[in-house]
Amino acid sequence: MQPFASKATAPSDDRRWKLVDATMRKHGNEPSALIESLHTVQESFGFLDDIALRYVAQSLRVPYSKVYGVSTFYHFFTLKPQGEHTCVVCTGTACYIKGAQRLLDAVGDAAAIKAGETTSDGKVSLLTARCVGSCGLAPAVVFDGQVAGKVTPDSVSKWLGKWTKPVEVHAAVEQ
Amino acid sequence: MEVALNLEELKQIAEAEQEAVAPLEHTVRVCVAASCLSSRSDQVKAALESEVKAHGLEHKCKVKGVGCMGLCAAGPLVEVDGEQSTMYQSVTAEDAPAIVESLGKEPVARLVLPTAQPFFSGQKKIVLENSGIIDPERIEDYIAAGGYESLVTALTTMTPHEVIDEVKKSGLRGRGGAGYPTGLKWSTVQKAASEDGKYVICNADEGDPGAFMDRSVLESDPHRVLEGMAIGAYAVGANKGYIYVRAEYPLAVKRLRDAIRQAERIGLLGNDICDTRFSLRIEIRLGAGAFVCGEETALIASIEGNRGQPRPRPPYPAQSGLWGRPTLINNVETYANIAPIIRNGGDWFAGIGTKKSKGTKVFALAGRVNNTGLIEVPMGITLRDIVFKLGGGIPEGRKFKAVQTGGPSGGCVPEQFLDMPVDYESLAEVGSIMGSGGMIVMDETSCMVDVAKFFMDFCRTESCGKCIPCRVGTGHIHNLLSKIADGEADASDLELLERLCDMVRHTSLCGLGQSAPNPVSSTLRYFRDEYHEHIENKHCGAGTCMAHKTVGAGA
Repeated sequence: MQPFASKATAPSDDRRWKLVDATMRKHGNEPSALIESLHTVQESFGFLDDIALRYVAQSLRVPYSKVYGVSTFYHFFTLKPQGEHTCVVCTGTACYIKGAQRLLDAVGDAAAIKAGETTSDGKVSLLTARCVGSCGLAPAVVFDGQVAGKVTPDSVSKWLGKWTKPVEVHAAVEQ
Repeated sequence: MEVALNLEELKQIAEAEQEAVAPLEHTVRVCVAASCLSSRSDQVKAALESEVKAHGLEHKCKVKGVGCMGLCAAGPLVEVDGEQSTMYQSVTAEDAPAIVESLGKEPVARLVLPTAQPFFSGQKKIVLENSGIIDPERIEDYIAAGGYESLVTALTTMTPHEVIDEVKKSGLRGRGGAGYPTGLKWSTVQKAASEDGKYVICNADEGDPGAFMDRSVLESDPHRVLEGMAIGAYAVGANKGYIYVRAEYPLAVKRLRDAIRQAERIGLLGNDICDTRFSLRIEIRLGAGAFVCGEETALIASIEGNRGQPRPRPPYPAQSGLWGRPTLINNVETYANIAPIIRNGGDWFAGIGTKKSKGTKVFALAGRVNNTGLIEVPMGITLRDIVFKLGGGIPEGRKFKAVQTGGPSGGCVPEQFLDMPVDYESLAEVGSIMGSGGMIVMDETSCMVDVAKFFMDFCRTESCGKCIPCRVGTGHIHNLLSKIADGEADASDLELLERLCDMVRHTSLCGLGQSAPNPVSSTLRYFRDEYHEHIENKHCGAGTCMAHKTVGAGA
């Protein structure tokens, strides 16, 4: 028996929706598949936009409010598109003790962004992580998914330099 | 395909594997756990492999990716086995030719990491016995090391009661932090009646910042955890299991997924395991970055697809857990202790450790200490031995100040307690907790007010918002700490801070709120003079606080 006659149709013919559908199907389209489905959306599209949230809500027969609630509750989910490159500074205890704040400041100086922001040209996003578990190599930074250990403010600047042209920081500061 | 397997067949797999490696003269083990991988040990492994090939040594020498060898600070680590074993540190791909040429001859002196040092000799390995030895991506290697023997023995020769009795006898206590007796938990779940089945859950949501023990176990020896879960499921009568693991640990997730698939393929998971009536399916659920999901009821809510918010207990998950059914939840390290207990007996395990805390504990040693990495030590070892012998002391000749255990729920233990034995009770007595095993060493460059503020900032952001004492209280405590750190507080603020800590501790719904004041209370208890210095002299001895303020004032 079909519980609902109208089945949710994918928002577009983007093939990535097939991955999302596969995850939901694997869990029998049960409401409990919500978090797993959101993981697949984020993995496929990079972030969760309103269209995706509504599609998942409809497919799993979960209220939109709950989908929104869950996706904002968990830090791992992001509702904003990320930059071309991501720089995740670990702010766990070991990294904090070994100067993670200096790394954040270095990125701030080099790219003129704060944690959670993306440069205006969309090149680099600066994020923080609670702990990436590389405490033995603190302070750690994840550059585009690759963990680097014993990072110094200089090496952060070098990575950023590879990704983006220097931003005119001085003009911004002097205002 | 479902295959029934018995102990004989398991031994055959082990023997076949042992025969395959017998003709080898050398095994070169390269650590491919996350820490060494981030210093490009994958390139080292590839370089070693092509070098072995270039020398035509494929039949004599095998290059093997293995799990964590412990001393992460000296990574990437490579160990060469032959007549005697040599460990190499900070190996790069360029070192591969030298290492391969040295096989059977003198080791490459410039890379040698002496293993006759307390960091290695002071450890006792039970949970990590296979880490750094076996290839975590091959079930055959695990079986050759005696893996799954305990599961098959339990299923074919022991009743669930006998399994639980053995665990009870061992005195094993939950390694997630609270230290609840594991055997007792198992028997509660076993006794709970349920017509629609029971569940086992493995809590791998290692949220404590500064802790990476579970990650290492999952990356280095995933089958060990599956075996422990399967024995637990058999003992309590569950046939469905979930591993709730952090999405931030992609390598651990991948190895777990592979391990589950391999175990299903040879019939160690699935239906009618070993021709018995016991069936078990294990699935992975990804966490999504919420510290509170380490709390068992919040974790269950998350598996059910909801916001990870805890609920009042009782009923405990043992009676009413996942989807309202009896559920056994244990931490990664707890499950990893099960197979050796069944193999060697509960009495053997109970012979290790102290009167009330049995066995060993894995600690992630980090912060201002020379040897950062993963250690497994018997319960009852002193903190001084951990920090100064195994840890090699404080770098740059600085002075030790405190060691922080238990993450945001724990506290800072000052120098006067360094000779105290490490067990659940002693740590609680001095205002900290065992916690999951993160151990962060701090020296004189750390300001204790700032440390307390750091943890409170963490708890404030991680509070799920369900109960008011935690949601509002942690925010206010953080504000007060900021005020003190900025040199804007007076004596009455200190009194308010203490009252607030007391209130949050006693009125919060779950462990997060109840233990959130611990870092503040313990620093107030042992480093009160630092608070006074900030309040009365507007001065920070370590020079970390008020620095921003001065900059701000000048702008």
